[in-house]
Amino acid sequence: MAAKTKCKAQLLSGNEACVQGALVAGIRFFAGYPITPSTEVAEGLAEELPKIGGRFIQMEDEIASMGAVIGASLAGLKSMTATSGPGFSLKQENIGFAAMTEVPCVVVNVQRYGPSTGLPTSPAQGDIMQARWGTHGDHPVVALMPASVRETFDLTVEAVNLAEELRTPVIILLDEVVGHMRERVELPAAEDVELFNRVKPTESPDTFLPYKPAANLVPPMPAYGDGYRFHATGLVHDETGFPCGKGADGNTLVRRLQAKVEQRQPKIARAETFQTEDAEIVIVAAGSVARSARAAVKEARAQGIKLGLVRPITAWPFPEEAIDSVAQTAKALIVAEMNLGQMILEVERIAAGRAPVFGLNRIDAELITPEDIIVRAQEVTNNVR
Amino acid sequence: MNSEPARIELNEKWCKGCGICIAFCPAKVLVAREDGKPLVENPEACTRCGLCELRCPDLAISVGGKQHGGKN
Amino acid sequence: MSVKDLVDRYCRVDKLPHIWCPGCGNGIIMGAVIRALDKTDFDQDKTVIVSGIGCSSRAPGYMNFDTLHTTHGRALAYATGVKFARPDLNVVVLTGDGDCSAIGGNHLIHAARRNIDLTVVVFNNSIYGMTGGQFSPLTPAHSYASTAPYGSIDRNFDLCKLVQAAGGTYVARSTAYHARQLVNLIATGLNHKGFAFIEVVTQCPMYYGRRNKFPSPVDMLKWQQEHAVPVKAAAKLSPEQMAGKFLIGELHREEAPEYTAVYETDVIAKARGDIN
Repeated sequence: MAAKTKCKAQLLSGNEACVQGALVAGIRFFAGYPITPSTEVAEGLAEELPKIGGRFIQMEDEIASMGAVIGASLAGLKSMTATSGPGFSLKQENIGFAAMTEVPCVVVNVQRYGPSTGLPTSPAQGDIMQARWGTHGDHPVVALMPASVRETFDLTVEAVNLAEELRTPVIILLDEVVGHMRERVELPAAEDVELFNRVKPTESPDTFLPYKPAANLVPPMPAYGDGYRFHATGLVHDETGFPCGKGADGNTLVRRLQAKVEQRQPKIARAETFQTEDAEIVIVAAGSVARSARAAVKEARAQGIKLGLVRPITAWPFPEEAIDSVAQTAKALIVAEMNLGQMILEVERIAAGRAPVFGLNRIDAELITPEDIIVRAQEVTNNVR
Repeated sequence: MNSEPARIELNEKWCKGCGICIAFCPAKVLVAREDGKPLVENPEACTRCGLCELRCPDLAISVGGKQHGGKN
Repeated sequence: MSVKDLVDRYCRVDKLPHIWCPGCGNGIIMGAVIRALDKTDFDQDKTVIVSGIGCSSRAPGYMNFDTLHTTHGRALAYATGVKFARPDLNVVVLTGDGDCSAIGGNHLIHAARRNIDLTVVVFNNSIYGMTGGQFSPLTPAHSYASTAPYGSIDRNFDLCKLVQAAGGTYVARSTAYHARQLVNLIATGLNHKGFAFIEVVTQCPMYYGRRNKFPSPVDMLKWQQEHAVPVKAAAKLSPEQMAGKFLIGELHREEAPEYTAVYETDVIAKARGDIN
């Protein structure tokens, strides 16, 4: 890799870092609809994209935004949209279409309090399961959960790369706190950022099968206008791309879609661990809550409580190895999340009784504080003793 | 007028026998067979207007020979 | 061009015959679309056909272009993405009355408002055929449908008026019966720079016809013949004489800035500082 170019420090919000990441990653098409607390992503790209010949369009609704993004990606541009809970719900059918037709795209969801209109400017982490199961049917999902402004930049780049590599929608699950908080960051120069561009077919249009997977289970993807005259449909289709109406073909297709992400689980899924080696109690927390948890770990250790932290960076695929590891060493796990218990279901599944799993849940629109975590850790310590 | 009679061809596999070409042929060139598909009974009368082609839902009928004449 | 040559060039021949019922007008309209495309100088490799969900939306699967069979109602949203991303591509949208005017109604008015260069052909057969004959917003009031067993009390849209009011710059209507006129109207729409909208009144013999006293497809074409009035002829008729009838032909045409072009000349130019 070339020598790193030093960049000057900037004060950015998570949403602004997302804009910068998108531009560096090669996003050249954005379609969106105004919604709090993600609007700054649209505003930033409305300003920046035309400067580099990119395209910004404000659509008539959330559903149209998702449709336009898929259309633009099929036409060859790296494409993205941004939304929040209610809009994320509206986009689900078309996210399923993108999964089924294998159209790369990135969906930023700055999570807010729900259900329904909820508390539009208040944080929550209630969309973890929506990100996984929001659209009907079995389908692969990649969802990333940044916990800082700089990480929002990095994971936005990664989201675009993964979407292009895997030909599947990738979700960035910000929460309102990360989206709106400002931090001093030094972003890498564009030339130092590694990019992935979707693989185009080398075969001639006469013999090309648009849904015949390469060895990595991902089919090469031409753009509309390249002369391949291919058909994209949300119906079950075979390697030709045409609907066949057969369950056996559905079985082949949906299993491959699932497998192309699953087989990369070890590469994609990851978590940050902090002081877990000797930890008696391990906190599992993501996004903004992980920031409180890190502070709690330091504070608790000062008080003599051996706390550690596992911070899932990917919601999906879930970082099973990191949980598996602490389930073997810790006396208990505490899953702290701004919902009534979503990530805990995965943690319980992986811990499988080897360590008891407790929840720490807040849905009063306030961030979980380090004090909340320490108090809960003390309760759990008494409980498992 | 073209001198040679029109060569009206039917794609048997695609024709679903809806009867539209027969009913609306301005020159009454076609009649219905037992299965409802068209039989060219009167090719000399064909003006090559092409309406049977245009209105065939199945792209199954074609009027061969010289270029189309006639009016809508 | 002979029918065989047309089919060989513009259809995916191995996918034919199509799934549509005997006498269904969808095939007539698809034929008109390929004949109209043949009249343009469009590069076949630079032309994308987009559809939603429903009987008519199966048409792109039979057409030898880049084709996109989207979700129900969303064809125009996807098409907007394709066109805005690649303005050099010709984008044609094939949609049905339910797809376009009910679930996709919002996208229709906004695509028209933007005057984005799309050509939309609506297959208006007055019914949801794929799901077995429910009434749509274009089903004539008092018609029968599986979900209107006592007759529909919903008032039906005049979709052409709606599109014109929303800002569409080319608006036309024809019928499956008037197939030659239809080809010409679609071809004009394809060459029009801006949002071109062609409504085609067509027949569903299976689900609309049977419930509404049309014994055969031929009866439905006769109804189209008798109830469609060309714009010029209508000018000489009184409102009473026009009662129960509908206009066909070019209903509206104007020149107005096209969305993707204005994005280049205005937004990109300003963002780059080329103009103030």
